[in-house]
Amino acid sequence: MEKPTNQDYLAALQAQFGAAILQHEEPYGMLTIEISADQMHAVIAWLKNDPTLSVNYLTNIAGVHYPDNAGREFAVVYQLHSWRNNVRLRLKSYLSKAQLQLPSITDLFDGANWMERETFDFFGIEFTGHPDLRRILNMDDMDYFPMRKEYVLEDATREDKDDRYFGRNTH
Amino acid sequence: MSEQKTHVSQETMDGNIATINFGPTHPSTHGIFQNILKVDGEKIISSEQTVGYIHRAFEKLAERRPYNQITPLTDRLNYCSSPINNMGWEMTVEKLIGVEIPKRVQYMRVIIMELARIADHLICNSVVGVDAGALTSFFYPFTEREKIYELYEEICGARLTTNIGRIGGFERDFTPTFHEKLKSFLKTFPVAFEEFNSMLARNRIFMDRTIGAGPISAERAMAYSFSGPNLRATGVDYDVRVMSPYSSYEDFDFTIPVGVNGDTYDRFMVRQEEIRQSLRIIEQAYKNLPEGDYKADLPDFYLPPKADVYNNMEALIYHFKIIMGETNIPAGEVYHAVEGGNGELGYYLISDGGRSPYRLQFRRPCFIYYQAYPEMIKGMPISDAVLTLSSINVIAGELDA
Amino acid sequence: MGKIEDLEVFNGEGYQLTTLDKAIALARANSVWPLPFATSCCGIEFMATMGSAYDLSRFGMERMSFTPRQADLLIVAGTISKKLAPVLKRVYEQMAEPKWVLSVGACASSGGIFDTYSVLQGIDRIIPVDVYVPGCPPRPEQIIDGVMNIHRLVKHESMRRRYSDEYKHLLENYEIEIDNGEAN
Repeated sequence: MEKPTNQDYLAALQAQFGAAILQHEEPYGMLTIEISADQMHAVIAWLKNDPTLSVNYLTNIAGVHYPDNAGREFAVVYQLHSWRNNVRLRLKSYLSKAQLQLPSITDLFDGANWMERETFDFFGIEFTGHPDLRRILNMDDMDYFPMRKEYVLEDATREDKDDRYFGRNTH
Repeated sequence: MSEQKTHVSQETMDGNIATINFGPTHPSTHGIFQNILKVDGEKIISSEQTVGYIHRAFEKLAERRPYNQITPLTDRLNYCSSPINNMGWEMTVEKLIGVEIPKRVQYMRVIIMELARIADHLICNSVVGVDAGALTSFFYPFTEREKIYELYEEICGARLTTNIGRIGGFERDFTPTFHEKLKSFLKTFPVAFEEFNSMLARNRIFMDRTIGAGPISAERAMAYSFSGPNLRATGVDYDVRVMSPYSSYEDFDFTIPVGVNGDTYDRFMVRQEEIRQSLRIIEQAYKNLPEGDYKADLPDFYLPPKADVYNNMEALIYHFKIIMGETNIPAGEVYHAVEGGNGELGYYLISDGGRSPYRLQFRRPCFIYYQAYPEMIKGMPISDAVLTLSSINVIAGELDA
Repeated sequence: MGKIEDLEVFNGEGYQLTTLDKAIALARANSVWPLPFATSCCGIEFMATMGSAYDLSRFGMERMSFTPRQADLLIVAGTISKKLAPVLKRVYEQMAEPKWVLSVGACASSGGIFDTYSVLQGIDRIIPVDVYVPGCPPRPEQIIDGVMNIHRLVKHESMRRRYSDEYKHLLENYEIEIDNGEAN
């Protein structure tokens, strides 16, 4: 039988979850769907358990910060892969700064554990239901989330390097 | 009797469970990882990991740099096989731009990437030998790695952190010395490799140490998003080169070795066999190397030759535009994965049309499969934990980025 | 108090007349036991230096000591992040005198290309360094050059240097406590 294509995935998701599918596009051949944050866990669970679609592999979880989008400042991007059909999916959820929570998918994929911790460490996005949500790569006593756009790359507390000589703005 | 407090837990007082610190500076943690092990005698009950000791903020650094300055940054991810990282990045940007790469460039890339894979697997396997106590098998492959380093030097000038290739192709074609060195490498390496293999593969002591050390089942490995040789050792034949072929890998005939139990011996043997398959690929690619240009026609990204810059107005303008970041870079988001030395190395790039990426996230295989380490060493003696750590080939640079 | 005075060494048949300083310095220099504190890419180049093509054991560095208690030379190869800095300092403090530090690579010397919030900009912020080897990563020949410079330092070091006021002052600047036992 024919393997499902991107269009079949989109149609099946729209049939099942209608209202939760907000936007979709296909940049560079990868189906990218925006899903509302509270339904994300249900969508991924349904995709994983469905026998035709069989999305069995979690490739990546990434966070992105868009400081200029009011109400949609943070995005969490899940990249999934179905080996049987060789289809990759990208599912996105936008969160606002006031409501920075998303259900964790560690009960579906064990590999999501550290991926979510990394997203929390860099952006401050809380994954509810995560067994052990704490910083992973940065120092434990760090009090800010470094990948957010308002923070500068260099150590903000250093006094030995004069930024003028490095061609950087001196704030 | 004394006023000082003692930090001893009830279970230690009961006399059975001890807490041992394994790392971060330990001869066999390759790179800096800390594991706090709870042991009952020699058997490990549970362990807790701390990573991030070499977090260098690659992703934030990538938001500052223009596209061709990110290539040296990707070198330092999995530094044992840095050409694979470089070319993965270049292919990601080429996918974003949507440019067609000449066939010759693709074959050249395959040759270099497979050489890098051989170098990476040689380090991993020789270090598994060292951790089992066999130091001789460390020195023999390292002389072969020197030959691979010389091959890199012919193209890019560097040994380890290569910054090889450019967005659009290579900086220079294969030199005549490169052809000679590659031919002699293809003749002498198989012999030397079989000698290295004979030291460990059927060695009674090595087999007794490694069989059954740190096993993981295929279902658990897939749940943990394993990829690469660690996943293939459990019996799952997932290889990005076959599943989502890139750079003409579909033209080559090679097999994917898989293991049975997912223990240390299987991982060792899978890597050994992958070295042989990589040699096959290099031979095929070199024999069928097509004629053509060593770069694509990409004036917006590929710097023009210096002679043209000084003599030709158009080249001068392009040079200026590329360096100053005023070329047209399309906006969009793209994900591209390559088969790195450790598994699926992915680049998730969001571009907003500016000089630097808006967001660049590295999908690092080491980071993802190291999560499973406590599960792999549960119930094992400490010496097996040491062997497991070296056989899953965690590279600190890739883990912490 | 740093340099040994230039006393003529007298070689006879079957004996040599020299100062104790020189004899001990010679013995120390030719059998330095390094502690490879290798974190990242420079660690792989260090491994290549130890391999047979470049062979560090010609210089007496055959035996790598991974415990600081038995090491003379701390070779820091690779990036040191702020999270790892206390560990490095502790390892340095655990080494017994006399000890030397070789900082291999740009990251260990000054932070390298990683001028970021998480990387320590050079290990000389926390421990005193004797020789810096620049490079990213340095070629094995450069690492050997660094080691030879360490040997030169060791050969010309006076036995009293570690008890001198200057040295105490140096360690106080780094807030490293020293305990010389009953020595003055």
